[in-house]
Amino acid sequence: MSDSAYVIGVDVGGTFTDVFVLDEKNSRIAIAKVPSTRGDQSKGFIEGIAQQVEDFNDIQTVVHGTTVGTNALLERKGAKTGIITTTGFRDVLEMRRRDRPTTWGLRGDFEPVVERPNRLEVQERTLADGTVEQKIDTDQIKAKAQQLLEAGCEAVCVFFINGYANADNEQQAVEAVRNIWPTSYVTAATEILPEIREFERLSTATLNAYLQPVVSSYIDRLESGLQSKGFKGDILIVQSNGGVMSVDSAKRFPYRTALSGPAAGVIAAKAIASAAGFDNIITCDMGGTSFDVSLVSGNSVALAAQTSIDFGMVIRTPMIEITTIGAGGGSIASIDKSGLLQVGPESAGSDPGPVCYGLGNERPTVTDANLVLGRINPDRPIGGKLDKLDITAAREAINKHVATPLTLSIEAAAEAILKIANAKMAGAIRLVSIEKGHDPASFTAMPFGGGGALHTGALIKDVGLGAALVPRYPGVTSALGCVVADMRHDRVQTINRLLTQVDTAQLGLDMKSVASETQKLIENSGIIFVGIDQIFELDMLYLGQTHTINVPLSLPKDELTETAVKDAFNTAYEAAFGRLLENIPVRLMNYRIAVVGRRPDMDMTLFAPVDGQPPEACLLGERQVYVADKYMAAPVYERLNLAVGSVISGPAIMEQSDTTIFVDPGLRATVDRYGNLVITECA
Amino acid sequence: MIIDAVSLAILKGRLEQIADEMDATLFRSAFNPIIAEAHDASHGIYDAHSGATLVQGKLGLPIFVGVMAFGVKAVIDKAEKQGGIKDGDVWIFNDPYDGGTHLSDFRLVKPIFRKGKVFCYLASVGHWHDVGGNVPGNYNPVATECFQEGMLIPPVKLYDEGVFRQDIVDILSANSRLPLSLYGDLNAQINALELGEKRIHALLDEYTEITVAECFSVLRERAATMMRAHISELPSTTVSAEDYLDNDGIDDVPLKIVLDLTIDGDSMIMDFTRSSPACQGPVNISRATTVAACYVALKHIFVDVPGNAGVLEPIQFRIDEDSLLAVKAPKPVGGYTETIMRLIDVIFQAVAQIRPETAMACAYGTINALSLAGHRHNGQRWVMFSFFGGGHGAHSSGDGLNHGNAPISTATIPPLEILESAYPVRFKQWALRPDSGGAGKYRGGLGAIYEIELLEQQADVFLFGERGKYPPLGVVGGQAAATNRFVYQKDGEDCEPPMCSKMVGLSLSHRQTVRLETPGGGGYGAVLERDPQTVAIDVERGFVSTEAARDQYKVVINPDGTVDAIATETLRSQEASL
Repeated sequence: MSDSAYVIGVDVGGTFTDVFVLDEKNSRIAIAKVPSTRGDQSKGFIEGIAQQVEDFNDIQTVVHGTTVGTNALLERKGAKTGIITTTGFRDVLEMRRRDRPTTWGLRGDFEPVVERPNRLEVQERTLADGTVEQKIDTDQIKAKAQQLLEAGCEAVCVFFINGYANADNEQQAVEAVRNIWPTSYVTAATEILPEIREFERLSTATLNAYLQPVVSSYIDRLESGLQSKGFKGDILIVQSNGGVMSVDSAKRFPYRTALSGPAAGVIAAKAIASAAGFDNIITCDMGGTSFDVSLVSGNSVALAAQTSIDFGMVIRTPMIEITTIGAGGGSIASIDKSGLLQVGPESAGSDPGPVCYGLGNERPTVTDANLVLGRINPDRPIGGKLDKLDITAAREAINKHVATPLTLSIEAAAEAILKIANAKMAGAIRLVSIEKGHDPASFTAMPFGGGGALHTGALIKDVGLGAALVPRYPGVTSALGCVVADMRHDRVQTINRLLTQVDTAQLGLDMKSVASETQKLIENSGIIFVGIDQIFELDMLYLGQTHTINVPLSLPKDELTETAVKDAFNTAYEAAFGRLLENIPVRLMNYRIAVVGRRPDMDMTLFAPVDGQPPEACLLGERQVYVADKYMAAPVYERLNLAVGSVISGPAIMEQSDTTIFVDPGLRATVDRYGNLVITECA
Repeated sequence: MIIDAVSLAILKGRLEQIADEMDATLFRSAFNPIIAEAHDASHGIYDAHSGATLVQGKLGLPIFVGVMAFGVKAVIDKAEKQGGIKDGDVWIFNDPYDGGTHLSDFRLVKPIFRKGKVFCYLASVGHWHDVGGNVPGNYNPVATECFQEGMLIPPVKLYDEGVFRQDIVDILSANSRLPLSLYGDLNAQINALELGEKRIHALLDEYTEITVAECFSVLRERAATMMRAHISELPSTTVSAEDYLDNDGIDDVPLKIVLDLTIDGDSMIMDFTRSSPACQGPVNISRATTVAACYVALKHIFVDVPGNAGVLEPIQFRIDEDSLLAVKAPKPVGGYTETIMRLIDVIFQAVAQIRPETAMACAYGTINALSLAGHRHNGQRWVMFSFFGGGHGAHSSGDGLNHGNAPISTATIPPLEILESAYPVRFKQWALRPDSGGAGKYRGGLGAIYEIELLEQQADVFLFGERGKYPPLGVVGGQAAATNRFVYQKDGEDCEPPMCSKMVGLSLSHRQTVRLETPGGGGYGAVLERDPQTVAIDVERGFVSTEAARDQYKVVINPDGTVDAIATETLRSQEASL
């Protein structure tokens, strides 16, 4: 019998693999950061764990937020895939919804992940009302599958028009294909998404097929790698909806991992904030090229119904709603033809990165502005990749590209760059808060990632947020999220009938039966839960509309009535648009079910600093920072050494290995009992 | 007071966000798919005195916002005669000759009052499903007066100092085949305006009227400055481009659109005076629409110019009164989309001559407004009305996009499963159309084939399209794309309409089909510069047939799909020596 019982969260990012270790038996936490291993992420993964865990036999669960799927999609490195579809419709994937990548300038291009010669048609047809007009010919299906195998396809997607209304043809066809396909890489569109809208369904299912060999073999390598070290526990994978699933589910439904990594970050932010007493937060993840925000309201995350991973690569499944704007540390500042200062969307990314990295970029970025204004320590760059930042080069670049054209001083120009960048970030925050009817004063900004904590002070002021909460380890937030994420499965079914034509009693029974079926999947996962929730929703609309609204529904113990459904619709519609429409029938498009297995809460006081010191003992020195048109002296602190209850007034800088925190003048930072910094305006 | 550059950039973003949010509200709550799915709608903020465009949304139909400036001015002028605009008023109209486009587009204009004075106007425009007239869906290709196209509503008050005028809605509803859809869309537009009003008041409370007003005027100056900077980079010269509309739907005679484009230092003259006079049929457009179309074309070419009236300051327009491009009431204008796309085509062609290194070829260039209408067996009326896609032009950096949306809009096409579930039709084909992209060093994007079968007993079919005779042209030596084609069956034979892509009164019976084959985009650069291996890939994908590879690209493809290098070399050197 061992002395430890570990739950381990692992987040593999583009540069670093972060490991978060929770020893449940000894109530101890530890973190590790190792370089990601390109090509085979499982190597760095195991190395990272090995830094903190001696005996892999002590690990109970490994929870993983992965970017393998995301990267395969963005870099088009999925498997060679084929499609078998209804005659007349092999181009649905390539024709999309007849959109284009940008409103202005007709220079778009699109390469679907399945080439046209590998999209084969078969004789079959189901009508919109579910009538099968032409049955499938099994021999023809098999011949087409054989043709795809001979063409070298590793995976196949079977997709028939109107399959959402009646999946019989598609089911029979997919069985025939499975009989001869040498692997399990066979996806049926309606098994993924039995929902009306052919392009969205096909795109989601095709991307699932395209990812299956890549994600499956990665998970296999991970399993065998861990097992060879003596690991006997469970592996769970974080889904884009913020819940985890078993490895078997992940191998079958890899499309659900498209936003696995970022989702884990949001889940962690929610858990940390909730423990600290903040139920309404806006997460702000600032990377090299982008700024991602997500809203958690009343301790629940906002989910989006679908996301485009890239132009024309639509995945329709509930995903944590992450709004991305092009404003990261590497975003380039420039003057446009009308003389207006712009920041982004063009970016130097992290390679070559900002001018101060000295890796070849000569145009000033947001990070260069932060450096010039004293916010960042040139001798202690975060991430450990560089030894020193070149402040002279950063000043020259700002002088040449911004200060001179605008006839400003270098400092004023740098401050202007930050103001524009902050305004863009504030816009993104407004988009997810004010514009959805939330009052920003009741929200707290939660920065994670390397650069976010430099800007939160400005965001508090610009948007009128109540406070900011900087977690103790902003750089490993996603790995922590893996450890605290719940298990979750989503289901959807299209109904597409007028409410008056729906047998609501039967509908209620159907929804309950699908929910309990899904619940079994969760109960059989071998993971311990403190409770299981079932969430029911309907997509509804007035007859004649095409966009549905989301109607939350609580299923009664007894019969579900038409009146109950209508009332739920009215409530939701009025909340969304302010007015109901008279005498127009209501249509029920889909029902949605989510079943969530709640994992035990983690004790966040584990993060509290041990042997914390008062601020004066943590003082590293003093730096001149330029704020509001003048230089002032700001003390610099070693953040992780600060004791619980320490209060520091701005201007001040706090440094730690994975981030830098800037407390603006007029703001005050307090270390709470979980080791978070709570930044608020001075009273 | 001079607003600083930083606050200006921030305010600009905030203002654009307001317009964007109004767009989003309308799309989500609208009833008819032309707004909800095809985004045939738009919102903007307009000047309190001139009606000039101050800010436009990014999501809406680009063409509307430019025209809207004239519409707001029309409301201002009319209100002036009636004792002035009042707080709480909302005006509604669709008059195409006075700041409108065609009758389907209903505009709502709302003044924003601050301290007892109009500070600016908000406007919402959306394409309604049916506004009366001879043809369901209002694309009447044989109209000779606007009265045959639908009801014409001059600017009237929908809200009178905050009081909703149900009588106006009653008049509108009584004149539509689809009154519920009309009611839903009208409400959605009101939702959008109310939201915009709330947002702009909050912004003014935060920044003050004087700062925001200053911001408007500086943004306009900067747009003009930026446009001048773009123009100055072009060599001073005059070039000409011409293109044709197939016919006006009444007489099968082509209509000419000619642009003489002069670059003179930092200003530009767009002279359309050599274009055809006004026609009998519905492809005329108003002067306001012509100017707005030019604006759209310029924004495609100079993508970073901001969306306000300043862009047009350095440009002088020459358009003859009462011509095809500056028509007066009651000449019909229902098919305005076709004419404005031809305007964009000639502008692309002209600019390609001046600056070939960044040019774009013509896109498919027709809206293909197809409606199928009839009654279900229970007597209920149905109208399926949609616009169809085609290929984008090839450009200096690559092949054109397959199956894109029209340059004048950002519309998406409704899912065929939604159409099949809502109407008694079945699609037999929804596919890319081989050999439809114009050949060239870069190939134009492919158009599409849509084949629709009727499942009810009877339906009437109406089509309003173009490019049946005159295909989308290539640039910089690239070739033209395939023409538009509409096919129906009569006595067991495939037939095409006498006016090519315009058709009324076609009666379809149970299980009969119609097929629409849309144009691709034009090619870019000489065909001989296209790599034979790339042509072979196009053949393998079925984008180009073996015959077209040989005839157009001078590339001989072997039966196994490889390039016959020797035969290709021979063919290409023969072609080169011609």
